[in-house]
Order: sequence, then C-alpha cells, then structure tokens
Amino acid sequence: MQRFLVRRLLITLITLFAVSIIIFIMARISGDPRTLMLGDFATQEQYDRVGRDLGLDKSYFEQYWLFLKDLGRGDFGDSVKERKPARDVIGERIVATLELGGAAFLFSLLVGVPLGVLSAVRRGSIFDQIGKLLALVGQSAPTFWLGIMLIFFFAVRLDWVPPSGRQDWNSIFLPAVTLGWFFVAANMRLVRSAMLDVLDSEYVKLARAKGVSSLSLIWKHALRNALIPPLTFAGVTLGNLVAGSITTELVFAWPGLGLLAIQATLVSDYPVLQGVVIIFTLMYVAAAFLVDIAYAYIDPRIRYA
Amino acid sequence: MAIAALEQPSPRWAPRLSRRLRALNRYPVIPMFLLGLVVVVGIFANWIAPHDPTDGSLRARNLPPAWGDPRIAEKLVVEVPESGQLLYQISLEDAQETHPNAAIGDTVEVVTRAGGSFKYVLGTDQLGRDILSRIIFGARISLIVAAVTLCVGGGIGVLIGLVSGWYGGWADELLMRLVDIILSLPLILVALVLVVAIGQSFEMIIAVLALWIWPRFARMVRGEVLQLKNLDYVALAQVAGASTPRILFTHLFPGTINTLIVVATLQVGIVILVEATLSFLGAGVPPPEPAWGSMVADGRDRLVDAWWVATMPGIAILITVMSLNLFGDWLRDRLDPKLRQME
Repeated sequence: MQRFLVRRLLITLITLFAVSIIIFIMARISGDPRTLMLGDFATQEQYDRVGRDLGLDKSYFEQYWLFLKDLGRGDFGDSVKERKPARDVIGERIVATLELGGAAFLFSLLVGVPLGVLSAVRRGSIFDQIGKLLALVGQSAPTFWLGIMLIFFFAVRLDWVPPSGRQDWNSIFLPAVTLGWFFVAANMRLVRSAMLDVLDSEYVKLARAKGVSSLSLIWKHALRNALIPPLTFAGVTLGNLVAGSITTELVFAWPGLGLLAIQATLVSDYPVLQGVVIIFTLMYVAAAFLVDIAYAYIDPRIRYA
Repeated sequence: MAIAALEQPSPRWAPRLSRRLRALNRYPVIPMFLLGLVVVVGIFANWIAPHDPTDGSLRARNLPPAWGDPRIAEKLVVEVPESGQLLYQISLEDAQETHPNAAIGDTVEVVTRAGGSFKYVLGTDQLGRDILSRIIFGARISLIVAAVTLCVGGGIGVLIGLVSGWYGGWADELLMRLVDIILSLPLILVALVLVVAIGQSFEMIIAVLALWIWPRFARMVRGEVLQLKNLDYVALAQVAGASTPRILFTHLFPGTINTLIVVATLQVGIVILVEATLSFLGAGVPPPEPAWGSMVADGRDRLVDAWWVATMPGIAILITVMSLNLFGDWLRDRLDPKLRQME
C-alpha cells in the first residue's frame, strides 16, 4: 500500500508540474504584457524598466522559476480588469461553483441511483426503458442547449423559477439539473451493471434462501455493494462537474468560476484565466488521486496492478 | 371469425415481409438512416439548402416555423402616432390598408409579425437568415470538423498507442503520463485561453479537438497492442526478420481495427458536442459560418420572442449525437463485445 501511495503521489506531482509548464508557455505566447500596460507612447526606457520589474529581462528558466514560486504562494498575479490580486477575484467566486457542483452531484445521485436499481431489478420494464432514454438524452444533448430549453419551459413559460442569477433560494434548481443530467446517466449505468452483478452473487442468493424480504434484500444487501463503483466514480464526476460548470454558469449567469473564466477571456484578463485553469486542474487531479487511493483501499487487487 | 381468419391462407408476401422486418430489427435502422441523412445533407448542402445560409433578408426577421401563428396586436388608430408609441398606435393611413373602414379612435387588429410559411420551414433568425439552410450548412461544418479531427487526432493517437504498447518500458511510462496529464486539463478552458492568446480560426479548433481526442485513442490502441504482442504470430514475424514498422502497421494495427472503429464512432459524437460547446462559447468555428453551437448562442437571448432560433439547431445536435451513440453501441456489440464488459 505504501509503495502504491508513493507512486501515485509522485504521478500527481508530475502531472501538476507539467500543467504548470503548459500554463507558463501559454502565458508567454499570449503576448507581451507590456504592450497592454504601457500603451503606444512609452519610451524604450519605460519599456525596459517595466520589463525589469516583471522579470522579463531574465532567462526563460529563471522566469519559470519565479512563476512557480509565485504559484506556490498562491499568487497568480493581479487581475488586469479589477486591479486587485487574481487570487481574491477567484476566491469571491469559488463558493458559487462549489455550491452548484454539489447540488448537481446530489441530484445525479438522488435520481441516478434509484433509477439504476429499478432498471436492474426490473429488467425490460418501464423503469428500464425510461432509464435508457434518460441516459441516451443525457449523453447526447449539449449541456448549454439543455439549460436553455429548461429556462424556456420552467422560467419563461411556467414562471416557476428565476431564469438566471443566484439571488433566490430556488434559482439553484435549473442549473443543478442541467449540470447533473449527464451524470444521472453515468450513475444510472454504473449502478445498473453493478447491481446486476451483485444480484447474481452467492451471498445475495443465500440471503434470499434464508428468507430475507426482497425489499430489504435489494436496498440493503445488494445496493450497499453496488454503490462502490458510482462512489469511486464520484471523484472523477466531481472533477468533471467543475469543468462542465463553465457552459452551465454562462447559460444561467451563475456567478462562479466558469463565468469568471469566460468574462476574463472577453477582456483578455490573463492572470485570472490562468488562476481558474490551475484551480480546475488542481480539483480534478486531487479528486482523481483521492479516488485511486480509496479504490485501492477497498479493492486490494488494484495496489499490485 | 377468428377461425375463418386462421384458415385463410396468408398472402404469399407475408412470410417474406416478416422475415424482412426481423432482418431490419437486427440493424439500428433509424440511427443509420438519420446519420446517412446528416452526411448526405452535409455533402450536398449547396443543392439542398433552400436559401443562402449567411445572407438574410431583413424583411423576414424572426419569422416562426411553418406551423407558427402570426402575431396579432390591437392598436389604436390615430392621425400620427406619437413617437415611442408605435407598439400601441397606428396611423390612419396604415390602418386603412388592412381595415378600409377604420376611423380615428377605433382599435384595429394588426398583424405585427407574419405567421410561418413553407418558404422558411424552420423559421428565420434575427438577421432574417433561414434556419433550415443554416442547419444544413452547419451539418457540413460539423462533418468536416469531425472528419479532420478524427484523421489528425486519431492518427496521432494510433501511432503513439502502437509505439507505447510495443516498446513498453520508460517510453511507455512517459507517453502514458502525458496522456494522463492531457486528460486532466480542463480542455474547454484551455481552448478559451488559446483562442485569446492566438486567435480564433478553423485550424485552431481542429488543433484543440485533436489534442482532446488523441489520448483516448492512444490509451485504447496501447491496451490492444499489449494483448496482441504476446501472440505467436508476432513472434514469428520477428523471427522472420520483419522490421519494427512492418510489425506495427501490418501485424499489430489490423488487430486493433475493430475496437478502433467502435471508439472512433463514439468519439465523433463527443467531438461534435465539444465543437458545438466551443462554438457556443464563441471559441469555435469563426462566424459567419453557421456552426450549430453558435446558432444556439444567437437565439439564447431571444427565447421569449423567437424560441425556434435556439431550439432548432440544438435538436440537430441532439439527433446527430444520439444516432452516433446508438450506432456506436450497436457496433460495439457486433464487433467488440469485450468493450461492453469493461464499463
């Protein structure tokens, strides 16, 4: 287990290191920041002085080292638009994104798990058909379009919930459903196939032979084991949820990191954009790391693979 | 009655028909038909589209689909409408064109927006461009993007997968770590950054999408090669003195083709979805090309007024990707049942 942990940690660190290089390179090809800061009438002297302040006169290796040191302190530079540290700008928005991701995750579990169980227990029944259709639509409909359609029906036509924003308590519903739908499908399929395996196992047959009622058999004995795949998948889901929140946040004007990234793109606010990319990557990598550890803990076969 | 019906000899075509129907049932007929339709429509867009996709008519702005009702408003007839009151007032002269008996002080019903017509079957957008024609040309764009991405990204992925699986060791480790790294990047965001940094272009979207899909191909091909390379025929080829490229391409690559076809079909759906997402965010195929994603974006703020502008292209994406998924699932069951168990 220890060897596995060390190896996995090393891989995670290498991944983060490589991502930092990619982001550094992207920052350099996005252009010289001095042209934006100084304008057309700057003298060569001013140009050189700002270059020295920003460390642009140093070699690329030194620049990268400085960049890495700043990153280590959580310093992404100052937001060009808001004239304050990008870290603060990002910090203001992160709660909204986590809230949306959490709600979407909850929704995907609450709908996906029961549907998966029902479609496994009653194969070929109406539940199975509905589940299949939901999964197909969830995997085929573009998130942004789904969001727009939900706004059209539930906010514009029926006027049940606000179409966008994060002011009212009920404004979370539509974005959460939009973001969560894809993962309803994923969870449903995972639970369904795991449930089919478990229901076929010896211990479930034994429990049945001993006269355990089928309700408690399904929801207690079988489901507990069938939940392992979706829970291990949950880490990846959370990472993907965060990344998928970009379009959802745009469609619903949800003031989170995704919307921030798009707004930063529009005004070329590079430090903020860079910070969001790093945060998203960090979340994904951390989630994948935790999932692998949890998985290895549950299933010893993984550790030696 | 029932007995009489049973005794009647069934018509000669009946068994043949039922056999045909059963044969059809084995194929995903509807998805295959819809995919064929998208491909044909995309290729022959110039001949099929009823209107120019980028050239609108300002007189035909925001027209509803063929089944849409005209919009009628009640207006007060006045001598000269006050400025800013055109929504509620109409001049006597204009009113008399449709209501000859109208007089000042009457309220008349006026058609403020024409109903749907078969000239614009799916309606028009805010610039008066025919939505059906734009969807048809959008199919062409989606097809081109998907095909080029698949060739570039799939090609790179296959090559790296073959090399990685064949050589193993540190090269394999390095390449697979690279795959992990790329898969952990938030690619939509990276695409946005690249568009800000370098600019929006067709080549850019292909590059981003190819970057997106090659790791998936590489991982899959590598897995296949790991299984194939221990088979006797590969060892025999080595003994016979076949060069490494020859072993990779003529001995190992054909063994991966079944899985490759399945993965490619399912990936095309994802590529179309991601391309649409990027176009929706304004980082995809540059305007005025009618990409499906940017068409949805165009209609996003006009839901109350013209719901069809955003809805129709979304349905086109949904149908295409859904067909690809169904077709891919069927292919997987046919060609590569072991992929199914891996899920």
